[in-house]
Amino acid sequence: MISKLQNLEKLINSELSSKVQSSSINNEELLIEINEKDLIDTVQFLKLNESCKFKQLIDIAGVDYPENEKRFELIYLFLSHENNTRIKLLIKFEINQTIDSITKIFPSANWMEREVFDMYGIKFKNHPDLRRILTDYGFKGHPLRKDFPLTGFNEVRYSEKDKKVIYEPVKLEQNYRNFDFESPWEGTNYIKEVKDINKDGKKN
Amino acid sequence: MVKKTKSLSLNFGPQHPAAHGVLRLILQLDGEVVEKADPHIGLLHRGTEKLIEQKTYTQALPYFDRLDYVAPMNQEHAFALAAEKLLNVEVPIRAKYIRVIFCEIGRILSHILNVTTQALDVGALTPSLWGFEERETLMTFYERASGSRLHANYFRTGGVHKDIPLKLVEDIEKFCQSFPKIIDDLEGLLTDNRIFKQRNVEIGIVSKQEALDHSFSGVMLRGSGVPWDLRRSQPYEIYKDLDFKIPIGKNGDCYDRYLCRIEEMRESVKIILQCINKLPKGPVKSIDNKISPPNRDEIKESMEALIHHFKLFTEGYRVPKGNVYTAVEAPKGEFGVYLISDGSSKPYRCKIRAPGFSHLQAMDYLIRGHMLADVPAVLGSLDIVFGEVDR
Repeated sequence: MISKLQNLEKLINSELSSKVQSSSINNEELLIEINEKDLIDTVQFLKLNESCKFKQLIDIAGVDYPENEKRFELIYLFLSHENNTRIKLLIKFEINQTIDSITKIFPSANWMEREVFDMYGIKFKNHPDLRRILTDYGFKGHPLRKDFPLTGFNEVRYSEKDKKVIYEPVKLEQNYRNFDFESPWEGTNYIKEVKDINKDGKKN
Repeated sequence: MVKKTKSLSLNFGPQHPAAHGVLRLILQLDGEVVEKADPHIGLLHRGTEKLIEQKTYTQALPYFDRLDYVAPMNQEHAFALAAEKLLNVEVPIRAKYIRVIFCEIGRILSHILNVTTQALDVGALTPSLWGFEERETLMTFYERASGSRLHANYFRTGGVHKDIPLKLVEDIEKFCQSFPKIIDDLEGLLTDNRIFKQRNVEIGIVSKQEALDHSFSGVMLRGSGVPWDLRRSQPYEIYKDLDFKIPIGKNGDCYDRYLCRIEEMRESVKIILQCINKLPKGPVKSIDNKISPPNRDEIKESMEALIHHFKLFTEGYRVPKGNVYTAVEAPKGEFGVYLISDGSSKPYRCKIRAPGFSHLQAMDYLIRGHMLADVPAVLGSLDIVFGEVDR
């Protein structure tokens, strides 16, 4: 199993040497990082190359790292039935970048990209129908971004007065509480923060 | 003379008995022929992935019961496997057997529901009455193992929560002896039934290539003749030691998918019987106390156990940095979890790959050119459950 992946890694590295940024095998899974500009070419290669044959797109997962300069990551998961292998394709990019849609190569990418757009606000070029998919009609914001609050902004209820369902700002009896349970021996978060402030203070 | 025709928009759902949940399907009709279908999903969206990011790994598990609520434990399995892969923990052999038994029970649960409700959609009432009786029996097995009929929360990272009672194994075995007869009865009602065949044969045909392009998995893929089952091709747990067949369809229509599901139920029964015969003794969860909580009586005696217990139920266990994708063959297809850990006790990101999402996406392409009356038949054979589609 591992040797199969290593061979595949070698092949991809040699065939796409100009495109591959890095590649690694962890937990028996192959991860290839590429530049977001080369996405279409790479996906095309993975699908058509005789020894790759990744003919099925399994999923597209977005990830948000607010502290990184390249804030978003997209992970494309592919499966090859013929070779019985999986591959993960990773691209990193900044907040305002548009990504090429792969719906032409894999029709099933349509809803997956819509979901990423809905959840992260990442825009796809040449997507046939880029609408929100999972959130409510007229929803604002992108819920899976790390800066989106867990409780959201609006709630709905049936209003006896208006005789219809109305939207209101979220009112909670008690705010959402996120307890810090990390081991005090290793320093809890708030102590670390205080330490960091002291360090910065000394530097200044 | 040119006759002008106007296409009609029809709103199918979200409250339609044949929509199998909260699907809003906007159909463009030309007379009775469907020109275009635009499924609007998300009416059951609960933000599972966002919620999981705020919970420890133990707390995140119950959310998986609520995805495909027809076969809860299969979903839990995918998440447990993902966490185990990152943690690199060994699951005791007895736990593996118990997991497989309950996953196969889940498969039967799901297929009974699908086969009988599909029959209901095309006009046969009796199968659902017969099938649901069996489902109820299976759910009592769930209850006796986990304490609840549906939202089991039974699997844990490194095993299962509690060992199953002795009597339960006997009862499951008894069920496996009697259940094939029920499948025969259901088949007697449906397989050669003229109306059922008229409604399903050559309806919603998917070719091999299209099944691949649309990311189909599970029965939707096998119904079109692709021999692909994760239990066989990428075996997890103990599936490689078990003897079972993988039924494959020929034409890729609704009827073939129905036949596949019926056969899969028979195979599941065989798998359960094999597991019961081989069921070894031993612990049912990892003996690593950094991951699985200690016994109650230990807590009374040992300080260390008390500390472990406290830490596990407040902070939870930490999972090493990394990302991992694990998939299981859920009744509806490939159910996968893509998990990113940042080294803390909460997942940084947990992407859930639900088979129904891709299947429903293909609705437009499947239903184009069919009659309006075929919509429920095709929808039924897709095996959609909105818990997992909307997440």
